[in-house]
Amino acid sequence: MTARIGVVTFPGTLDDRDTQRAVRVAGAEAVPLWHRDKDLKQVDAVVLPGGFSYGDYLRAGAISRFSPVMESVIEQAKAGMPVLGICNGFQVLTETHLLPGAMLRNNHLHFICRDQKLRVETNSTAWTADYEVGQEISIPLKNIDGRYVADERTLDMLEAEGRVAFRYLDMNPNGSLRDIAGITNEAGNVVGLMPHPEHAVEPLIGTGRTDGLGFFTSILKKLVDAR
Amino acid sequence: MTLDTVKHATETPEAAQPWKELGLKEDEYARIREILGRRPTGAELAMYSVMWSEHCSYKSSKVHLKQFGEKVPDNDAMLVGIGENAGVVDVGQGYAVTFKVESHNHPSYIEPYQGAATGVGGIVRDILAMGARPVAVVDPLRFGAADHPDTKRVLPGVVAGIGGYGNCLGLPNIGGEVVFDSCYQGNPLVNAGCIGVMKHEDIHLAKASGTGNKVILYGARTGGDGIGGVSVLASETFESTGPAKRPAVQVGDPFQEKLLIECTLEIFGEKLVAGIQDLGGAGLSCATSELASAGSGGMRVELDTVPLRDSSLSPEEILMSESQERMCAVVEPDKVDRFMEICEKWDVIATVIGEVTEGERLEIFWHGEQIVDVPPRTVAHEGPVYHRPYERPSWQDALQADDANKLARPANAAELREQILKLVASPNQASKAWITDQYDRFVQGNTILAQPEDAGMVRVDEESNLGVAMATDGNGRYAKLDPYAGAQLALAESYRNVAASGAKPLAISNCLNFGSPEDPDVMWQFAEATRGLADGCLALGTPVTGGNVSLYNQTGETAIHPTPVVAVLGVIDDVTRRTPIAFKEEGQLLYLLGETTEEFGGSAWSQVVHDHLGGLPPKVDLERERLLGEILISASRDGMIDAAHDLSDGGLVQAVVESCLRGGVGARLVVPDGLDAFTFLLSESAGRAVVSVPRSEELRFTDMCGARGLPVTRIGVVDGDAVEVQGEFTLPLDELRTAHAETIPGLFA
Repeated sequence: MTARIGVVTFPGTLDDRDTQRAVRVAGAEAVPLWHRDKDLKQVDAVVLPGGFSYGDYLRAGAISRFSPVMESVIEQAKAGMPVLGICNGFQVLTETHLLPGAMLRNNHLHFICRDQKLRVETNSTAWTADYEVGQEISIPLKNIDGRYVADERTLDMLEAEGRVAFRYLDMNPNGSLRDIAGITNEAGNVVGLMPHPEHAVEPLIGTGRTDGLGFFTSILKKLVDAR
Repeated sequence: MTLDTVKHATETPEAAQPWKELGLKEDEYARIREILGRRPTGAELAMYSVMWSEHCSYKSSKVHLKQFGEKVPDNDAMLVGIGENAGVVDVGQGYAVTFKVESHNHPSYIEPYQGAATGVGGIVRDILAMGARPVAVVDPLRFGAADHPDTKRVLPGVVAGIGGYGNCLGLPNIGGEVVFDSCYQGNPLVNAGCIGVMKHEDIHLAKASGTGNKVILYGARTGGDGIGGVSVLASETFESTGPAKRPAVQVGDPFQEKLLIECTLEIFGEKLVAGIQDLGGAGLSCATSELASAGSGGMRVELDTVPLRDSSLSPEEILMSESQERMCAVVEPDKVDRFMEICEKWDVIATVIGEVTEGERLEIFWHGEQIVDVPPRTVAHEGPVYHRPYERPSWQDALQADDANKLARPANAAELREQILKLVASPNQASKAWITDQYDRFVQGNTILAQPEDAGMVRVDEESNLGVAMATDGNGRYAKLDPYAGAQLALAESYRNVAASGAKPLAISNCLNFGSPEDPDVMWQFAEATRGLADGCLALGTPVTGGNVSLYNQTGETAIHPTPVVAVLGVIDDVTRRTPIAFKEEGQLLYLLGETTEEFGGSAWSQVVHDHLGGLPPKVDLERERLLGEILISASRDGMIDAAHDLSDGGLVQAVVESCLRGGVGARLVVPDGLDAFTFLLSESAGRAVVSVPRSEELRFTDMCGARGLPVTRIGVVDGDAVEVQGEFTLPLDELRTAHAETIPGLFA
């Protein structure tokens, strides 16, 4: 039996079907999870996909954190279950304080959609084991609230503990501090990033590269090995 | 104020009514009185005024649009034709595709962000109402001069509105156009297109049948926005000093629309609706009268049950409101509960507002009192029809005699190089990445090709790799010189773009943007363009599935260039065979397909270098376009070409520069025998494309072209890091990239 990976749909989530596809392409079973339902259906890991949950009214991810499904996700994440937040999902993870910092509007104030180069800074998380440290990957970036900020002390702590998971290369597309594109929690089970690995899992589609597939194969191997 | 009931109207035949303020003409008002046998109530007057507006009734264009239904090519792909929310074509494997382009021109000038945003919202609901999941959007846009201060107001707002709305819906934006011309200064064109995919059995139509079936309004609450939008905005000429018209622009909420899409698709999935219509222009007036008119019975509506955002709205305002994100469904009584459950799941408000009745009347009640009692067909489908006078403009001959082929040409290679650099950097020819990068082109994970490719392409089936492609094109400069040819050139370019991507063109939709139909010059342009388009579709075998007409695009007495925009939809059996525009492999051979003659009328070169518009547009040869299309599709399917780019505005050099920059590699070109460098590089002869051929395929490819009679000329090789024209000049890619990329951000960032 393969691993079961839950993909949450909030009202306004956009990339849920893409994420389910990416999970399937990697060889795992995708399990749809609904925002009103606390039941995580015994999944082994959870992805919070991109979009504009609850319209992103108030603040990106601010309302989603109070949804019933997130009560269970927060509880399980603290107990060690792997959780990946992509784009809006990353925003939700910072709103829940599973990850430190916050996302502000891009410094140029525009939505930006581009093929973004990143450097993988750590492979000791549940979602990045299949990458080499220092590996350069290109995956789509698309958001308007993508500028990662945190106070200096938090940033220094993230750097010192090796918790900056991804950094923007070539150009910083939104003014994120220290070029941070994604981070992990201390235990390495919770990872959030702004760019979209789920849009880069099949040749020909989107950028035509499969640089994002490693996220989903990493978690699958980890879960299967743990059995 | 007393309620103007049917009874009251009958008793007060002489009461003065604001028909003029609502945009009706005197004879139209008289006709309404004749139909009803009394004066209309205020609510009835409101309904007729919006439904008989130019935008909804097509009263000036109808007599010309008829040709699209008469000159129909032999093509069995069409499943649903003109007259529904959008046409539907068969793309094989049990799939059907619906697509359409609509205008939101006037609202976008007044309030760029909301005007453009609700344009996207409206077209998406049209597609949804056919039963399809929307899978992609495209946006053909036209603005005034790029360096005009007002363009700085309009363009960023429009682009942010399209992005702000479309991105929130999770629809990849895969194509469109951005064109600048001072003729659009006071009247930008914001057209929005959408493609939807469904299975054949899921096609839904807008009709209310089955006595006792419930009429359910669901989606957003009804507010005071967009009241009379179609009659006030879309159907009248702007006066530069007129009163502010902002209240007539709708305000969009993409989050609500996203919920509406998912909710509606789930409702379709359980086969819960008998008929469905979206609420767009003319709001409830349109939805109720069109549903009732197309169905077999009548309809009774309790208007006071409509959920409101503003409780002070009058019944007339509720009928006219163009509040966004609303749909109207006809549901069998035993399916209503399940319908409501699904709406509740998606937090969508749904209300039974009426039912289908036995009679043939549309009856609307307000707190028990009857305020509307009309035959629905007279509102929705039997509006006025005008045979507007038209005449070839007195200035047309002089315009055509002002031959662009006689303009001063570059005197030497250095001057030619300089002019080409200027062309590549001109706003119309420059990279639009700053604009299109504000749209999400990746969402849904099926995007095969997106701008700046020749056509957008999305995968339809993950197992079989079936895909569809779409391109939109229009050239107002060509159409101004000759509207008949201009419409065919728009069709030919769009057709060529789809074929260049490897997809087989199947059918078209159009968005016809013109000035005031009350001007015989404009009406002549319209008559010529529709005739040209209908003849062209017959010749190319691509039926018109539907479309949209936008008239009154002018400021004061000055009309825009006639701008027919054509969207061609194509199908590709295997998306892995698609052809991109990028030159990639050094050593591959470049071939020019088609013939080049001296054709500079309406060209980009004549605009950029001489600020000139005159002469004749390029000659149209649709048989040649068809052959070129077949060759491009065969070559792509059989792996004979690795890149293809259609030749249009800016000619060969523009296409080669774009393909080089896209692939990050240069090209060495040789001017073929019999042509001078200037004509070779800059002429805009139609029916041409440039392709990149692997050496191993050269013989097979040229043999195929030769056997089928398509002129093919070897013009160079993919090589180096510059575009070099041997014996003429060299343009390094870095210099070209800077020139091409920096113009638009320099103007608008």
